Amino acid sequence: MSQTFLGMPSLPVFGTGNLHASESFPKAAHRELGNAQLRANLGHATHTIRDKRLQVVSELPDWEQLRDAGSAIKESVMARLPELLEQFEKNFTARGGVIHWARDADEANEIVAGLIRETGETEAVKVKSMATQEIGLNEYLEEQGITALETDLAELIVQLDHDKPSHILVPAIHKNRSQVRDIFLREMPGADPALTDDPAKLAAAARTHLRRKFLTAKVAVSGANFALADSGTLAVVESEGNGRMCLTLPETLITVMGIEKLLPTWQDLEVFMQLLPRSSTGERMNPYTSLWTGVTEGDGPQNMHLVLLDNGRSAALADEMGRSALHCIRCSACMNVCPVYERTGGHAYGSTYPGPIGAILSPLMTGIQAEENSSLPYASSLCGACYDACPVKINIPDILVHLRGVDVDSKRGKKKIPTQMDAGMKAASWALSSGKRLGLLEKGLPLGRLAAGPDKKITKLPGIAAGWTQSRDIPAPPPQSFRTWWANEHRGPDPEGGPMPSHNKGDQQ
Amino acid sequence: MKIALFATCIVDAMYPATAKATVAILERLGHEVVFPGGQACCGQMHVNSGYFKEAVPVIANHVAAFESDDYDVAVAPSGSCVASVKHQHPMIARSCGDRALEERAAAVGAKTYELSELLVDVLGVTDAGSQLGSWFPHRVTYHPSCHGMRLLRLGDRQQRLLDTVRGIDLTPLPEPDQCCGFGGTFSMKNADVSSAMLEDKAANITATGASLCSGGDASCLMHIGGGLSRQGSSIRTLHFAEILASTEQHPAQIAGEVQLLSGKAAQ
Repeated sequence: MSQTFLGMPSLPVFGTGNLHASESFPKAAHRELGNAQLRANLGHATHTIRDKRLQVVSELPDWEQLRDAGSAIKESVMARLPELLEQFEKNFTARGGVIHWARDADEANEIVAGLIRETGETEAVKVKSMATQEIGLNEYLEEQGITALETDLAELIVQLDHDKPSHILVPAIHKNRSQVRDIFLREMPGADPALTDDPAKLAAAARTHLRRKFLTAKVAVSGANFALADSGTLAVVESEGNGRMCLTLPETLITVMGIEKLLPTWQDLEVFMQLLPRSSTGERMNPYTSLWTGVTEGDGPQNMHLVLLDNGRSAALADEMGRSALHCIRCSACMNVCPVYERTGGHAYGSTYPGPIGAILSPLMTGIQAEENSSLPYASSLCGACYDACPVKINIPDILVHLRGVDVDSKRGKKKIPTQMDAGMKAASWALSSGKRLGLLEKGLPLGRLAAGPDKKITKLPGIAAGWTQSRDIPAPPPQSFRTWWANEHRGPDPEGGPMPSHNKGDQQ
Repeated sequence: MKIALFATCIVDAMYPATAKATVAILERLGHEVVFPGGQACCGQMHVNSGYFKEAVPVIANHVAAFESDDYDVAVAPSGSCVASVKHQHPMIARSCGDRALEERAAAVGAKTYELSELLVDVLGVTDAGSQLGSWFPHRVTYHPSCHGMRLLRLGDRQQRLLDTVRGIDLTPLPEPDQCCGFGGTFSMKNADVSSAMLEDKAANITATGASLCSGGDASCLMHIGGGLSRQGSSIRTLHFAEILASTEQHPAQIAGEVQLLSGKAAQ
């Protein structure tokens, strides 16, 4: 164990690495929305996956019960995480594995680089992993003179293009096949100049390129989808078989996994193996599921390491309203159904985790004040499509609203001059907390009518409201409010403002 | 039955015809309508923008206005505001540590209904044409708003009611479950994304060939209608309550020009 006692850490320990938006979401979204090719690619891809998911989900009569079960299992894991982690450590170690604990991205990166250095190798093959994206492992290893080669096809495309993934499951979702062909021709050593954009031909070119690496690699780095506490088993769920190659051929296998990935028992896997493939790729079952339990002499990797990563997960766990974000199994169903993600793509969110789950997970892990992460919880119209799609029933809209509250509260008393939003909300709170006050203000409706002019619409508003009138008119207000009509024409005035009985039934308008 | 009308602030101030139509429908069915005069707003704008502290007085005002035993049920012509009353009010009261308000808010929420929910589930309306005399000879498409659909699980209640209006030509909207992009202050804070969502919604509405888009939330309809108006479209938006209240003797008032199915222009 690479552990040094540094005294009690101050809590919460926030996450570091690629968990931040470096510019505010509206600004980044504005740029991404201007990319017509990106919007077309994303629209096509998200709609295809959406339809597939709906179809395979509708085949299961007990889908809602499965979601309930998934949610309940994850809730129990979070409630007894320390105990389960220790149980897992005991079993994993007993089977010949070595556990390393990493508090944040820097610690995790140093541990992995050190382990690779010990083998004397300067190259490692990688299984697609969100945890290693989150800590920026590839970039760190490169600084240390170690080459990390992504072997998942889409991750490979992104890596060859020196780009960043824009989706957690389909990292190259923002690229179409002709863009992929161009990247291969430009960046892949020995690519056939006659390569077409036929998907089968593109896959074959990647296969040839990767096969050479699989057969020579001595070190592999992976993530894990699940860890089973009762046996010390790790699991990777994938589509292409590249993961199986990495997990079985090299001598040394280093896995980096967030501490929230634990499941108590083998039996719990049955729930998640039904939920995950259907929610992620829209398949009944994924092509490859690899499960490994420690070292087996003469078969597979002989040196097995697991880096257990906190990086802000404890901080998220400490947030009572937000902690269920840690139930996420990284299926990406929420981003595929999100109308905001569909139009902006993943890069607009800055963090490794984009879309609705990213908009809550990133600020929960880093703290709301980190860089521009406070803009993420507002990147949603709260339509609720994500909550309906989530296989473990994370109430993303409620957590988004909760984090908006955390953001607003974190800025109270810190600003010399209140923002337009602050002032507006304060004034609206006063006006809308009394029927009498609202009624008085409504007496001014004819003024708005006057402002609207003869075409009966308002086309330009100042300040923050200008966002509305950039693409929408506001109708001219009516000559009188409903309240006034009710008091004067329908029921007669009621000075007390109490309930007024109906006495002219049958009157229509 | 004695029914308390929660008009909602946007309908009260901007779309009084929707509240008048709600009153007309309920009275036509023989029920007594009361309007608790202390009411103002559900506070959803404050809650969804993160201003919980400022939301509390708004919520407390709503609870005080509606906790009277003087009525049997409360109704609002809005899925979103009803969802706020039922779901957000107790949640915000709890998060602000006011247990008493939480309990009172939950009691008010339990007897508050969205209009189609009340009509179908409680008052047994299955045929608007015969039970309400509804008549509306226009080609209409219908947008189901997100909060009614996903928070209240209204299903096809509003659409079924519209479908039974005499003379109506209800044309299905492509991708009906997609948000129009309103989202309260989202439409200002993230105006670009909101506009991109609205653009697609407006295109789908236009593709139906309908002269009107109906729905159950005045706020979404104001958003959609505002976008169509900016594009110079002649398509109008109209709350489903106004279509249900429309009869041959008292046809619904529609702002602007709308083609009658017979080809005559109606004002």
